[in-house]
Amino acid sequence: MTQVILNGLFVGSFYALIALGYSMVYGIIKLLNFAHGDIFMFGAYIGMTCLVAIPGIGSLGIGALAVILLVSIVLTGTTGVLIEALAYRPLRTAPRLSVLITAVGMSFFLEYGVRQIWGPDPQPWPSNGRLSDFLSTTDATGAKQQLSVPIFDGALTYSQLVILAFAVVLMAALALYIGKTREGRAMRAIALDQRAASLMGVNVNATISRVFFIGSAMAGVAGVMHGAYYSSITFLMGFLLGLKAFTAAVIGGIGNLYGAMLGGLTLGLLESIGTTLLGGEWKDVFAFVFLILFLTVKPTGILGERVVERM
Amino acid sequence: MPIDAKTNLLLPPTTGQARAKAKFSWTSDHGILRILGIVGIVFVFALPLINSGNYTIQLGTQALIYILLALGLNVVVGYAGLLDLGYVAFFAVGAYTSGILTTRLGWPMWATIPAVILMCVIAGIVIGGPTLRLRSDYLAIVTLGFGEIIRIVAQNWEPVTGGPSGIFGIPSWSFGGFTLNKIQLYYFCAVVVLLLGCFGIPRLAKGKLGRAWKAVRDDEDAAEAMGINTYTTKITAYIIGAVWAGLAGQLQASFISVVTPSSFVFLQSALVLMAVVIGGMGSVPGVILGAIIITLGPELLRDVWENRYLAFGILLLVVMLARPKGLWPSTSVLPWSRDKRDHDAKVETPAKSHDYDPQEEVPS
Repeated sequence: MTQVILNGLFVGSFYALIALGYSMVYGIIKLLNFAHGDIFMFGAYIGMTCLVAIPGIGSLGIGALAVILLVSIVLTGTTGVLIEALAYRPLRTAPRLSVLITAVGMSFFLEYGVRQIWGPDPQPWPSNGRLSDFLSTTDATGAKQQLSVPIFDGALTYSQLVILAFAVVLMAALALYIGKTREGRAMRAIALDQRAASLMGVNVNATISRVFFIGSAMAGVAGVMHGAYYSSITFLMGFLLGLKAFTAAVIGGIGNLYGAMLGGLTLGLLESIGTTLLGGEWKDVFAFVFLILFLTVKPTGILGERVVERM
Repeated sequence: MPIDAKTNLLLPPTTGQARAKAKFSWTSDHGILRILGIVGIVFVFALPLINSGNYTIQLGTQALIYILLALGLNVVVGYAGLLDLGYVAFFAVGAYTSGILTTRLGWPMWATIPAVILMCVIAGIVIGGPTLRLRSDYLAIVTLGFGEIIRIVAQNWEPVTGGPSGIFGIPSWSFGGFTLNKIQLYYFCAVVVLLLGCFGIPRLAKGKLGRAWKAVRDDEDAAEAMGINTYTTKITAYIIGAVWAGLAGQLQASFISVVTPSSFVFLQSALVLMAVVIGGMGSVPGVILGAIIITLGPELLRDVWENRYLAFGILLLVVMLARPKGLWPSTSVLPWSRDKRDHDAKVETPAKSHDYDPQEEVPS
């Protein structure tokens, strides 16, 4: 059982990282950014391409991962900002439905744009960037043995631990940024009342761009880590994961950052338990049925507040 | 045209009545629309006579089924303003219900119609019931999740749904001793259902319920203040859309005689939504145009470009940004005619209630 919980927390940390971007964007402009999951996928493809294309990156060892994380953060963040500026900003005062559909179109564009460039087949993650290879020892028979930490009667491998720690650090940093800095205050102000914020001298466009940069960059980080851990990426992987991340954001209470983290971990745990009880092929059904049931009982999410709908 | 909230403005009823009284002319916008409608109907009936090849008829039937789906989704998205991203789930419910009942229990195809309707109503209530009270984005994501649930259940519940290989050998329609088995007959069957939809759905939209849908779409709070039960109104739209899709699914199942989970992926829902959006939400001729584009587009592009869905994504973005009301908006009679509501655009407070919509006034 401990192992089930640990696995759930690990998967949940991915959901949480992606849910954060969803939740931030939703909180500030009340837009369900369907393309967010695809930015996660795009981040993974950028990481893979860097591992192949940058000469001598293999000699950096685990430092290679740091390099591709950095590249991926910059590129996915910029992509997010561009998407907002080109597709969402012109429609900011349009009916919600138009913006949502634009977001669906953007998601298609990213998915099939990536398919056009890298091809439809799942791509193997280059061997010089596999997290588990760095964090393992070679035993007497020459086979690689993953290092792991025992926790009660379960265990987490080092790579899982690294990713979990990374997610926690990123979330803590983000919470500090939103809560303590001037830019963070601007974001919260816009989320409360965009017009009043702009009257008080907050640069609304710049702040929204910043939100998109940060949200997309976190999705990019999650994408690289997903690739480095699971060693295989496909152009459609962002669809389901994005859907789950949104589910997580809703469970936690959309627009609330702590809610997104909590929701991500909750969803990971639920899925992990669902898999043990019902079998792996039903785990997505389990997650979505839970979402529907949850919404009937507590529509605002665990930490959410009632939000008035913008028309 | 620049987008702003004011483009939602609706004509004051007096203008509509005045227009209805005006003398009818074949060269006016409404006259041209009527001519287009007649030409369309004649063409649809004449197509099997012009070219009765299997490919043409199959493609034609496929286009008709897409038009049916798009018309149903138009009720949900276009009239009631509920974004449904898993619409194909109801299509699947209809197809599987009729497929399972005919192949496993030996029911005749016509007898499964009530079962299909019942299942779709249940599915609509299960999904719409809890979520229609909530914010509209939740509905979008829950319907998306529901679409996935139905597909995964169909794929994994082997004893009932046949798993990944699906259900095959679905019989045709038979009434007493007479069986529809020629592919052309299916085509005409689809045409009849389509005409029913083309004339019935605008009538529905023009009635009390339809006006309530549009009121809820334009401003839920104002509609509620006017005494409309917004929840019932929304769930009615949702269920009507669900049943319509279910019947289209039944037609599809009996037409190709196979149902497999792979025909009900998210892409299908997205395509139908695209038909509605590209054509023009709430506009019946627009939706038909959109459905024709999405069925024939990939067929025409098939040889040219492998990755046609990329083109679709770009098309969706361009249409949304350049022509946010679609190619054939519900606010103008013909795609190129002036927006009927432009002259009102200077009014500051949006008028919310209306009982006139140009596209409803003429048969399409």
